[in-house]
Amino acid sequence: MSATTKTPTVPEGRTASQASPVARLLGDRRLPVLVTAALFLAMYITGLGRYQNYGFTEPQVFLNLFIDNGYLLVAAVGATFVIMSGGIDLSVGSVIGFTTMFTAWMVERQGLPLLLVVPLALGVGAFGGFLMGYVIHNFEIQPFIVTLAGLFLFRGLCLVISKESISISDSSVSSLAQAQAQLGIGFLSIGAIVALVVLAVAFYVLHYTRFGRRVYAIGGNEQSALLMGLPMGGTKIAVYTVSGFCSALAGLLFMLYIQSGDPLHAVGMELDAIAAVVIGGTLLTGGSGYVLGTLFGVLVLGLIKSLIQFEGTLSSWWTKIATGVLLCAFILIQRAMTARKQT
Amino acid sequence: MAEPQPVLEMTGIVKEFPGVRALSGVDFRLFPGEIHALMGENGAGKSTLIKVLTGVYSLDGGTVTVDGKSVLFASPLQAQQAGISTVYQEVNLCPNLSVAENIFIGREPTRAGRIQWKRMRKEAAELVDRLGLDIDVSAPLSSYPLAVQQLVAIVRSVGTGDSDGEGSGTKVLVLDEPTSSLDRDEVLELFRLMRQLRDEGVAILFVSHFLDQIYEICDRMTVLRNGTLVGEHMVRDLDQVGLIELMIGKALDQLEELHEHQLRSDVGETLVQAEGLGRTGGIAPFDLEIKKGEVIGLAGLLGSGRTELARLLFGADQPDSGKVTIGGKQVSMSAPNDAIGAGVAFCSENRKAEGLVPDLTVRENIILALQASRGWIRPIPVAQRDELVAKYIKALDIRPANPEARVGQLSGGNQQKVLLARWLITQPQLLILDEPTRGIDIGAKAEIQKLVVSLSEDGMAVLYIAAELEEVLRLSHTIGVLRDRKLVARLTNGPEITTSRILETIASGEHQ
Repeated sequence: MSATTKTPTVPEGRTASQASPVARLLGDRRLPVLVTAALFLAMYITGLGRYQNYGFTEPQVFLNLFIDNGYLLVAAVGATFVIMSGGIDLSVGSVIGFTTMFTAWMVERQGLPLLLVVPLALGVGAFGGFLMGYVIHNFEIQPFIVTLAGLFLFRGLCLVISKESISISDSSVSSLAQAQAQLGIGFLSIGAIVALVVLAVAFYVLHYTRFGRRVYAIGGNEQSALLMGLPMGGTKIAVYTVSGFCSALAGLLFMLYIQSGDPLHAVGMELDAIAAVVIGGTLLTGGSGYVLGTLFGVLVLGLIKSLIQFEGTLSSWWTKIATGVLLCAFILIQRAMTARKQT
Repeated sequence: MAEPQPVLEMTGIVKEFPGVRALSGVDFRLFPGEIHALMGENGAGKSTLIKVLTGVYSLDGGTVTVDGKSVLFASPLQAQQAGISTVYQEVNLCPNLSVAENIFIGREPTRAGRIQWKRMRKEAAELVDRLGLDIDVSAPLSSYPLAVQQLVAIVRSVGTGDSDGEGSGTKVLVLDEPTSSLDRDEVLELFRLMRQLRDEGVAILFVSHFLDQIYEICDRMTVLRNGTLVGEHMVRDLDQVGLIELMIGKALDQLEELHEHQLRSDVGETLVQAEGLGRTGGIAPFDLEIKKGEVIGLAGLLGSGRTELARLLFGADQPDSGKVTIGGKQVSMSAPNDAIGAGVAFCSENRKAEGLVPDLTVRENIILALQASRGWIRPIPVAQRDELVAKYIKALDIRPANPEARVGQLSGGNQQKVLLARWLITQPQLLILDEPTRGIDIGAKAEIQKLVVSLSEDGMAVLYIAAELEEVLRLSHTIGVLRDRKLVARLTNGPEITTSRILETIASGEHQ
């Protein structure tokens, strides 16, 4: 080491250009996303081969992935912000459940117009996220505990509204739910389009705004971010507000998709969202990952579900088993990557 | 030097923590285009003064003026905006982001709220280029070694304030122990950059424990002791002995005493016998015999296998060849527990990450190893515990002498003493000290060295690792020389052994 550091500004054998191709690939931050994308592609091609006589080749099967998982994508995008910043949000599923109850009750029982209820529901979700972020930052409490409290709180509020499920027969809701955007090869629902717009906005925010870069910085090293003079508190609170907003929006999409409010809707969906984010290649410790990876994470989870449906003989619990196996595999990949960086 | 207007003037600075008056009425000034050393022992208040200056701490009294205007910083951001930037000992950047982003984050060039990546990379490359560095700004920071990361931190500081091409840029650059983990060539590169910035008119505040570096690079120095100002001098007017006396507040007697100190000559019977002990990728198989009351010093360059050897003897890494006998019994050494059971104690060089629990109190940290060896079923009686802790706090002169203080708030030297106390309390037969004096000041260093001598007199065997050869030479009966992860020579200390002799052995790699 001592004899070779004539020019210390040149890292020794550690620049991308000097390393072997394999090491380069392993060191690349985009690797997990690429792996997930490749996995999705491989699964899809397998599906094409195996179920070609059962209609899997229809482009609509692909588009249905977005239609059936739009709400999960939105929730996972919110979770991506939180996990990227090094935090965690366990209240996602409860906020989704609460939003379905809240809108159903407002529209059906109170007769309020959907146009008024939607911004109200989004506001409640964002405010909930803001409160959790505020508590996490100002009282320096673990996000795990604070959002766990949020989980119980919102689930409890569902039951305060009603213990029974409320089905929605409002005409504006059902017309929205049935609206289709024709694409030539098939169609997308409103929910799918909203989800894709949310994804695009999130991508822009994370990569092209100062706020987005602060999220990465905090996830990379919180103490450094503070000493570099970045406004930490605001960023942290904003991250949970984004997550709360996304959860509420996911709740609205879920309500459109299922057309009812139920106090037990979306129980445990925060875990699906977190799984999608991790399978999408975002490090649970924060600071590394891409929101596009989250898209592939959601698509992989969705594709597992539809493959199992096409298989026909498997119980739907196999979805969970496959998710578990994948999650395990991806965490091991992440571990291998971070271990490499430390050596 | 004519007396121009100071760019920064701090007057009567007072800072108190619960129970401690860290700074009492310190004056400090900094002129443009100078490199100014802030000197003092650990706990003298250097770090506190820097944190007050950079807005991390609020001050309890006194005034700060920048360019003649009174200022009050509530956060690091405000200090940065006023042109005061800091590079800390631990690099405070985000390793997951690119070099360019680390330089610009918080003030990225934007158009309509959109970050202009191309422009950012171009400006970062220009800045890096202007400072004479060769760094690929689009690579992630984590792909560079620590020394380069430190330079990037300085580039960031320099760039602060002129993101739009206007603004005054950095006026004051604070470097808090930037050299403690750099090797010689890296230090030279850092110094080159510092001189360039000085010539551009930046005032640089430099903190380092290496006196030679201070004398090499600094123009002026301010000396603190126990939170008060003891003097401001031009470096050329004060020699090293005078400086040390100012820092510790007494003559060098206590250091000289150590030079005179006769090591106990009659070492006892064999305590530890390692035969063919080795680990692939760690250190080549070696034989080592350690006697009771013997101090064995390990000399060798950074990365020559000093720490690896010690870790094998402690069971922290598993050997894949050889065996160890301690006190006549073979020990399996598959985990530190085996070694602790056999009476081996290990003070890690990385006291923050591998040794102390910063959130626990001094008492809890000291008692940890002893309690662990007794098992959780049998707690140490409170009275006995308090007595033991009080004894070691006094014996090692841990400051503040408060068993309830949180270890994280202690200075580096005192943290090291707490770690030592923890192991001493278990009354080990072999004490392994890996760089116990790194990053601590000269007074605490002398105390720890004296302690090693007296432990050896009491019959404890000590394996001592230090970067400074003089230190090894002064303390050891036997010197093990390592080179390229191999124990190449064992020298018995005597008048004929000098630092140059050891250096020759390291260089030639053979026993002469």
